[in-house]
Amino acid sequence: MYVAVKGGERAIENAHDWLAEERRGPADIPELSVDQIKSQMTLAVNRVMAEGSLYDPDLAALAIKQARGDLIEAIFLIRAYRTTLPRIGHSRPVETDKMACDRRISATFKDAPGGQVLGPTFDYTHRLLDFKLAADGEVPEAATAAPLQGDMPRITEFLNRDGLIQTETPSDEPPRDMTRQPMEYPAGRPLRLQALTRGDEGFVLGMAYSTQRGYGRNHPFVGELRIGKVSVEMDIPELGFAVEIGEITLTECETVNQFHGSKTQPPQFTRGYGLVFGQTERKAISMALVDRALRWEELGEDNLGAPAQDEEFVLSHADNIQATGFLEHIKLPHYVDFQSELELVRKIRSEAQANTLKEAAE
Amino acid sequence: MSNLDPANAARQSRMSLLAKSEPSRLAALFSEVTDVPAHTWLRTPEIGAVMVRGRMGGTGAPFNLGEMSVTRCALTLSTGEVGHAYVQGRDKDHATRAALVDALMQTARAEEVQAAVLDPLGAEALATKAARSAKSAATKVEFFTMVRGED
Repeated sequence: MYVAVKGGERAIENAHDWLAEERRGPADIPELSVDQIKSQMTLAVNRVMAEGSLYDPDLAALAIKQARGDLIEAIFLIRAYRTTLPRIGHSRPVETDKMACDRRISATFKDAPGGQVLGPTFDYTHRLLDFKLAADGEVPEAATAAPLQGDMPRITEFLNRDGLIQTETPSDEPPRDMTRQPMEYPAGRPLRLQALTRGDEGFVLGMAYSTQRGYGRNHPFVGELRIGKVSVEMDIPELGFAVEIGEITLTECETVNQFHGSKTQPPQFTRGYGLVFGQTERKAISMALVDRALRWEELGEDNLGAPAQDEEFVLSHADNIQATGFLEHIKLPHYVDFQSELELVRKIRSEAQANTLKEAAE
Repeated sequence: MSNLDPANAARQSRMSLLAKSEPSRLAALFSEVTDVPAHTWLRTPEIGAVMVRGRMGGTGAPFNLGEMSVTRCALTLSTGEVGHAYVQGRDKDHATRAALVDALMQTARAEEVQAAVLDPLGAEALATKAARSAKSAATKVEFFTMVRGED
């Protein structure tokens, strides 16, 4: 027998009201503004934009406020919102060569042309809590020097000149879009990069770390890491030319990896690539490592059975919204499902008991 | 971005500047422009998303990176000029002002609008970029070689 039940409207409404009150916190403490979140919780905003897959700092800050700082909940809000936006078109591929770099470092060449520019980094801080921030301290103004001139040259191009690194084949083939078509495997590198750049930072980091620990080792060096602003250019059909429609901050990481050569190729360095919205360095490096691990087949490497080499495994578990949706739904009412399980177990048990009694009697 | 006639090249550069401007800043500068002719819509302001693409390895085949919010509109001034705007973000008034500037730049008032709106916006964009670059330059590492040993 199935009896439909309804109810909980009042409980739900009251729960949401209480949620709003808890979100606000004690009334004697000033409320956070969206602008404060946008300008002071920048890296959280960046993560929400990257994994929400929508570059809009105001919306990301609002989502963080609404989600009480739960970033996956905030990403969920952004993903839901982005589905309501009509797709106006696509940009030309961004030219990261022309990035106005805040930061640009190479772990492979000390004297890289353009230099090692640290930018506003946590590196080399002592990771000691700064109690001055608990009081409201004045911040000293950042030092300045003569602005950097010209575009930062790409490090991998230097290796490329000597043929020491595998080259990227330029092409203008329109890439498949996982937000428009269901995923199919093998996905290919463009789709893999799209899935990784919007994938969960923790998951991509864990996968990347697993390759460093030996599960699909590929000996990465950070050839170059750059963070800065690039212009986004789009062709405008009604005008017949392209215009810049905005400017976004990106983090780009290129790894240089060992490659022993194969039957057809001499030993050469290979590449992993990471490109992520915002200042999101940990994610970009992780993405580059996982990208490289997933390229084993095209590079003629062995499948070692490592998780990070398994395209379907990595891509179908990288999305934290899919993951959290499926995971968290099991806390919602499953009364009927469970009732049927319960009845089944009772029936099997009673049959088993009946058999035991019968055997004992014989 | 090459091979455009001078009028289109100028339009391209002003539309790009307007697209990247702060809504509040454009509003403040545009309020100085008086007697803006009435307009009718060719396309009312519409908020949408543009899929931003990158290239594999920075130089290879394209892939989809993620979307950005964009607002676009098109209008006709009562004097007949058509103005287009594609601006970053979700501010419809901002897009409207950008399209009005684009249209006014095709009228006899171009010089006035250039001086009141576009020149200051351009100068400020350059100054912001230079200020950031100056801070970045101050974090460039100078290596010292430590001489060790007898000789």
